[in-house]
Amino acid sequence: MSLFLRDYLTVVWFGLAAILLAGLLLGVAAAVRPSRPSKEKLIAYESGVDPVGMGWSQSQIRYYVFALLFVIFDVEAVFIFPWATAVERYGWFGLITMLIFIVLLLDGLVYAWKRGLLRWV
Amino acid sequence: MLAQDDFFLAPGIEWFHLGPVIALVSGALVLLVVGALTPRWPRGLYAYVTALTAAVAGGLAVFNWNDITDDGVSTLVGGALAFDTFAQMITITVCAATLLVALVTDDELRRAGKDGPEVYALFLIAATGAVVMGSANDLILLFLGLETLSLALYVLAASDRERPTSQEAGIKYFVLGGFASAFFLYGIALIYGGTQSTNIGEIIGSFQTSVLLDGKDTLVLAGIALLIVGLGFKVAAVPFHMWTPDVYQGAPTNVTAFMASVGKAGAFAAMLRVLVIALPFHRDDWRPAIWVLAVLSLVIGSVLAVVQTDVKRMLAYSSISHAGFILVGVEAAGHNAGELAPGDGMPSVLTYLLLYSVLTVGSFAVVSLVARNNGGDTSLDAFKGLAQRRPTIALALTVFLLAQAGVPLTSGFIAKWGVIQAAVEEESYAIAIIAMVAAVVAAFLYLRIMVSTWLETGAESTEREAVPFSTGVAVFSAAAFTLLIGVWPGWLLDAAESVTTYAK
Repeated sequence: MSLFLRDYLTVVWFGLAAILLAGLLLGVAAAVRPSRPSKEKLIAYESGVDPVGMGWSQSQIRYYVFALLFVIFDVEAVFIFPWATAVERYGWFGLITMLIFIVLLLDGLVYAWKRGLLRWV
Repeated sequence: MLAQDDFFLAPGIEWFHLGPVIALVSGALVLLVVGALTPRWPRGLYAYVTALTAAVAGGLAVFNWNDITDDGVSTLVGGALAFDTFAQMITITVCAATLLVALVTDDELRRAGKDGPEVYALFLIAATGAVVMGSANDLILLFLGLETLSLALYVLAASDRERPTSQEAGIKYFVLGGFASAFFLYGIALIYGGTQSTNIGEIIGSFQTSVLLDGKDTLVLAGIALLIVGLGFKVAAVPFHMWTPDVYQGAPTNVTAFMASVGKAGAFAAMLRVLVIALPFHRDDWRPAIWVLAVLSLVIGSVLAVVQTDVKRMLAYSSISHAGFILVGVEAAGHNAGELAPGDGMPSVLTYLLLYSVLTVGSFAVVSLVARNNGGDTSLDAFKGLAQRRPTIALALTVFLLAQAGVPLTSGFIAKWGVIQAAVEEESYAIAIIAMVAAVVAAFLYLRIMVSTWLETGAESTEREAVPFSTGVAVFSAAAFTLLIGVWPGWLLDAAESVTTYAK
C-alpha cells in the first residue's frame, strides 16, 4: 500500500469504530429493554399533539415556488458572507463582481414577480 | 489596518475576448427579464432576438479567432478559460446550431399558442454552457458549463407541458443526467486528489515535473474511468446510451434538434479538453476505453436504428452511431495527444461536430414540419407521400439523410472521411473498418426513410405540410450548407487543421 493511501487508513478505522460502537449500543439496548407495545405508543410523535390524518398527506403545490425562490436568497447569503469578511481586500473588483452576481440572481426574482408567482392564489 | 498582501490578486478580465459568453448570457437575461416585464412581443420577435444573439456571439468568436492567429493562445480570467481556436470553433458550432434551432422553434411554438421567452432563454443559457465547456481550462469550470448546459436541457426536454411523453423525457433525462454529472464530479475529485489541481495547465504540469507515486496514479486512473463514464453519458455513447431514444423521441422536436447538435458539441468538446488536452500522459490508459465505446456505439447504434419504425427514434439511434464516428476521431487524437504534431484526430472531430450539428438540426426541422401536419405523429407512415405533397422539403430531407449516410458530395462524406482517415493514419485499421461497415448498415436506415418519402404514397386525406417562413429558411440554409461543404470543403478543413489548443 502506498504512503498516499495509508493516510486514508485512519478514515477506515474511524468508520469501523463508528459502526461497531453504534451497533454495540443499539444491540445492547435491543437485548436489554423490555418490549410492551401499545396503540398509544405506536402512533406518530408530533410534539405531544395527537396526529391528525395519515402520515402521507398532501401539501400545497404553491409552497414549492417559495422553496425555489428561497434558493435565490440562500445562494446569495452563502456567497456574500465569505465575501463580506474580506471585502476591503477585494476592493472595487470584488464589489463590482458581487453586484453583477446579485443582479443576476435578482433577475430570477423579478421574473417570478412579473409572472405573478408571488401572488397567493 | 491590514498590511497589503498577496492574499487576493484580482484576475484580469478580458471583456472583449469573453464576448461570445457575455453576448449569450445577456441575450438570455434580456429575453427573461424584459420578456417578463413587457407584454407579449409581436410575432417571432423572441426567436429573432435569440437568432441575433447567437449570430453576434458567433461573430465575436470569429473576431477572437483572428486575434488568436495574430497573438497566439493564452488564458482568460486568471487561467480559468482557455483562449484558443479550439474554443472558438466550438463556439461557432454551438452558435450556428442555436441560430438554426431558434428559427425552427419559432412557429413550432406559435402554432401551439405557447410562444414565450422562456424556451429561447433556456436555449441561450444551454448554449452558454456548451461554449464554456468548449473553452474551460479548469475542470471545475468545465463542470459548471456541463451543469449549465444539462440543467437547461432537462427543462427544455420537459417544456411541452401538455404532452406526458415530454414530461417523461424530462424526468428520465434529469435522473440519468444527474447520475452522470455525479460520476463526472467524482472523477474530477479523484484527479484533484492525484494531481493537486483542477486547472488543466497545472494538471499537465504535475505529470511533467513530478515522479508519480503509484498510489497517486491509482487515483488518477480511477478518476479517468469516472470521467469517461460521465462524458459517455453526455455524448450518448453505448453502453451509456439508454436514455437517448426515449428522451429524443419524447422531447419536443426542436429541443431534440438542440440536444443532438449543441448537447453533443459541448460534450465532445469537454471530452477532448479532459482526455486529449488535460491527460495526454495517460493516453495509453484511456484510449482503449474510447476504442471500446466507439465500436459499441457504431455497431449498436447502427443496428438498432434499422429496426425502428419511428423516425425520431431512428434519428436518435443514428445520433448514437454518429457519436461512435466522432469517438473514432477522439481515439485517433489519442494516439499522439500532447505531442507537438497533434495529428488529424482533433481537427476531424471538430469538423464532424460542426457538420453534424447543421445536418441534424435540418433533419429534425423537417421531422417537426411533418409531425405538426399529423398531430405529432413521427412514424415512418407519416412520411409517406411527402415528395408528392412537398417536393422541395422532401428533397431537403433527402440531402440531409444522404449526408448522414456519408454519400459523397455532401458534408457528411467529408465528416466521415475525416475521422476514418485520421484513424487510418494512426494505423487503427480495425476501428476504421468497423466504422465503414457501420456506415453501410446505417445507410439502410436512411434509405428506408427516403423510400417512404419518395416511393410510397400517403393517405389521400393528408393535407400538404405548411412550411412557415423561418423554418423554411433554416431548412434551406442547412441543406445549402450541407451541399456547399460537400462540394467545396477545403476552407473548413484548413480552418479545422489550423486549430490550436492551449496546453501548458
